Amino acid sequence: MEAPLLMLPPLHLYSPGALKTPDMTSATTAHHRSNSTVVSPNLSAEELIQHVEGSPGRGRQKTRVPVVDHVRPAPKDPIASVGEAFQADASPNKINLGVGAYRDEEGKPVVLRCVRNAEAKVAGSEFLESISTLANSRLVEESIKLVYGKDTDVIGEGRLAGIQTLSGTGACRLFAEFQRRFYPRSKVYFPDPTWSNHHSIWKDAEVPQGTFSYYNPKSKGLNFPALIDDIKNAPESSFFLFHPCAHNPTGVDPTEEEWREISYHLKVKNHFPFFDMAYQGFSSGDLDRDARAIRTFLQDGHLIGCAQSFAKNMGLYGHRVGCLSILCTDTMQALAVKSQLQQIARAMYGSPPIHGVLLVSTILGDPDTKALWVEELRAMVNRICKMREALQESLEKLGSPLNWEHITNQVGMFCFSGLTPQQIEQLQREYHIYMTADGRISMAGVTMSNMDYLANAIHEVTKSGQES
Amino acid sequence: MASAMLSFASAPASLSVHENLKGKAKIGSANFRSSVPERNPFAKTKHFGRVSMSVAVNVSRFEGITMAPPDPILGVSEAFKADTDERKLNLGVGAYRTEELQPYVLKVVKTAENLMLERGENKEYLPIEGLATFNKATAELLFGADNPVIKQQRVATVQGLSGTGSLRLAAALIERYFPGAKVLISSPTWGNHKNIFNDARVPWSEYRYYDPKTVGLDFEGMIADIKDAPEGSFILLHGCAHNPTGIDPTPEQWEKIADVIQKKNHIPFFDVAYQGFASGSLDADAGSVRLFASRGMELLVAQSYSKNLGLYAERIGAINVVCSTADAATRVKSQLKRLARPMYSNPPVHGAKIVANIVSDPALFNEWKAEMEMMAGRIKNVRQKLYDSLSAKDKSGKDWSFILKQIGMFSFTGLSKTQSENMTNKWHVYMTKDGRISLAGLNLAKCEDLADAIVDSYHNVS
Repeated sequence: MEAPLLMLPPLHLYSPGALKTPDMTSATTAHHRSNSTVVSPNLSAEELIQHVEGSPGRGRQKTRVPVVDHVRPAPKDPIASVGEAFQADASPNKINLGVGAYRDEEGKPVVLRCVRNAEAKVAGSEFLESISTLANSRLVEESIKLVYGKDTDVIGEGRLAGIQTLSGTGACRLFAEFQRRFYPRSKVYFPDPTWSNHHSIWKDAEVPQGTFSYYNPKSKGLNFPALIDDIKNAPESSFFLFHPCAHNPTGVDPTEEEWREISYHLKVKNHFPFFDMAYQGFSSGDLDRDARAIRTFLQDGHLIGCAQSFAKNMGLYGHRVGCLSILCTDTMQALAVKSQLQQIARAMYGSPPIHGVLLVSTILGDPDTKALWVEELRAMVNRICKMREALQESLEKLGSPLNWEHITNQVGMFCFSGLTPQQIEQLQREYHIYMTADGRISMAGVTMSNMDYLANAIHEVTKSGQES
Repeated sequence: MASAMLSFASAPASLSVHENLKGKAKIGSANFRSSVPERNPFAKTKHFGRVSMSVAVNVSRFEGITMAPPDPILGVSEAFKADTDERKLNLGVGAYRTEELQPYVLKVVKTAENLMLERGENKEYLPIEGLATFNKATAELLFGADNPVIKQQRVATVQGLSGTGSLRLAAALIERYFPGAKVLISSPTWGNHKNIFNDARVPWSEYRYYDPKTVGLDFEGMIADIKDAPEGSFILLHGCAHNPTGIDPTPEQWEKIADVIQKKNHIPFFDVAYQGFASGSLDADAGSVRLFASRGMELLVAQSYSKNLGLYAERIGAINVVCSTADAATRVKSQLKRLARPMYSNPPVHGAKIVANIVSDPALFNEWKAEMEMMAGRIKNVRQKLYDSLSAKDKSGKDWSFILKQIGMFSFTGLSKTQSENMTNKWHVYMTKDGRISLAGLNLAKCEDLADAIVDSYHNVS
């Protein structure tokens, strides 16, 4: 069965402005009900149900012009729609390289042993109301230790405003709402490219956005001079969003030295650094190493914000667990900021779901379970590195005319393949291989069993030597 | 690493890096800028431990941020905890308590969770719209599986984070597709409604609801205010067990409310947080929603499983939009997804699976219904006992029967602010200042004492 072709809609279609003109002028033809039957207030449940659902036609109104008729179909989400198209494809050879969820050697989803252990430990306890407050503060405590280092002064000084969030997305959205509320004239800058949802999040929070140079398509690496220029040229006190490790979608990260320089230039312009850390531990396999950029900025005296997600590094995707932390100058301020964040959350979803919170705080709070986690995280990273090496090797062995070094140069879950839209479309149509329209490949979706098929397919569509 | 070359010369800066860092120059000052315009002062630096950049310490951007107002209900619980008097009673609590005044975890929930644990299911992302089996189950629970709106696929259902999250998605939809449209909320209503619409930037105003003279519904006022609202307004209605008053319209009054809403081309917007918990019957509690749907109206319904399944902390609910065509429902669903994605990407899986497992298994479903009847039954018993105690103790002839007419967890006693304060200060009964008590926090044993407190506060405090 032919799967629907993917089309990445132009960014302007995400703008709500395009849709803000409902036609409310059409006349309605509601016709007034003339016989109302008096109903006794002392009806039994059955009688009440009968009265309501009763006989067809009784109480039925002629349907007026539908109120929601002007609502048009939304463009498909560029990442989620890959999975949907993949699901619809019946080919036995199909490969899903779309969403960034880890898969094992058999291509199956994985639940980490540390998670299963934690789950057995917490079973049944989460419905006790008393557990919520405790678990929530433990989660925040453990999360900030993970990011900033457990011995850092700022934790002891109580300077971090921390709140549990609905994974990384929720953390970003809370921060964006906070930014709009308290810095209404500020603008946020994203790396070009960035995770597509960043644009939607800050747009829906009504914060103006721009981008800064990041990826160099020719070198398939970092465009550092242009990046620095853009930092310098942005209006003072802008907000800059960085991926501290395993940049999504490119897999290209600055070096330590480059981070220090970025930090310096941010200081000069009084910009606010905001980190979206969705892959701590997934980049190098070392949790502390992956947080180094953030800790550099911390040492350099910036007041930073950080969104964390436990979706990938703990495999807790569906549980929506994350943390937002904002560094303040003192405890009083941290309390004030935290109270404001809680208020924003309360009007959006109340509080985050407890199950994931319990799992993460159990894993991070118990040394043995945490050690197991670190081990399992390294194993996931090792497998991805092996896949990177194997894919590059296979393509080179096939005699590909192109340079595939970026496959092993890039880090984290994704490879920015450099494939053109035509090549991507061909891969989908002819080979049933799915990836996002920007050419991002989720390496987690690659296994030794689909490796040859994948390498061969990529080689076939690229062997004429076209570079993007 | 294949990164672009640094374009900076590696010649040393005129000020040594070390001098820079020790405070000889402040970054941003004219001096420093002119001496080191384009060079990278760190080109030759090895990272050496803790480096503090001697820049002018930024005055915190957060200077002007004040503490957000504290949650009023939280204050009640805290004061209760601090009270050492053994007669103390917490009637501020919004969660069900047993006859022993303990939190209650439904057996059926524990069973479902154990099943899920045994099966060892994976934790993959749900689709943006949530768990399909949950969405199907929740819509059928609300409208009835045989309802034409379900059979004709005219309901757009998206899993939401309990009632709050579902209301917020609906508010966001209103803001985007009905710009300028107002939401009318009852006076009084659940405190968080205003916050949700404010944050979603949807204008709102109130319709009269509670009549302090009768401790009942100001029906005339309600109808008049709905009639006066600009055409095409959204009318927020509590499907059953109005929070905070406990006062629901009668079926006849619901009909009239539906009449005026239709006449003014308004859109009914139901908040259903207590289905099954109010009367004990899931179907009966959905009566108002089903009435409106049966009239062919397009409507919005937010649902929550926080109370009726005790899943407060798992955040499980749904937003349903009943449209007049299946095509419109598909389009509306796609736009709800588009609003959800930049909020939280996809909803949490755990609560959704619990609900889906319970509803799809006839034995579990029946067990749930029985537990709900038990919970609603306990509340009804407590209301009866309280009424009996009040009638016996109050010799003034005041009619306390509103206690029996009200429904659900909460009751508006008609006590004023000062009278409510007397309840707390003299009688150690904790409640909110609007006169609301939570019957969930009361048991049969304490009804007599409570009646004493109420009679005293009502008659002896002005």
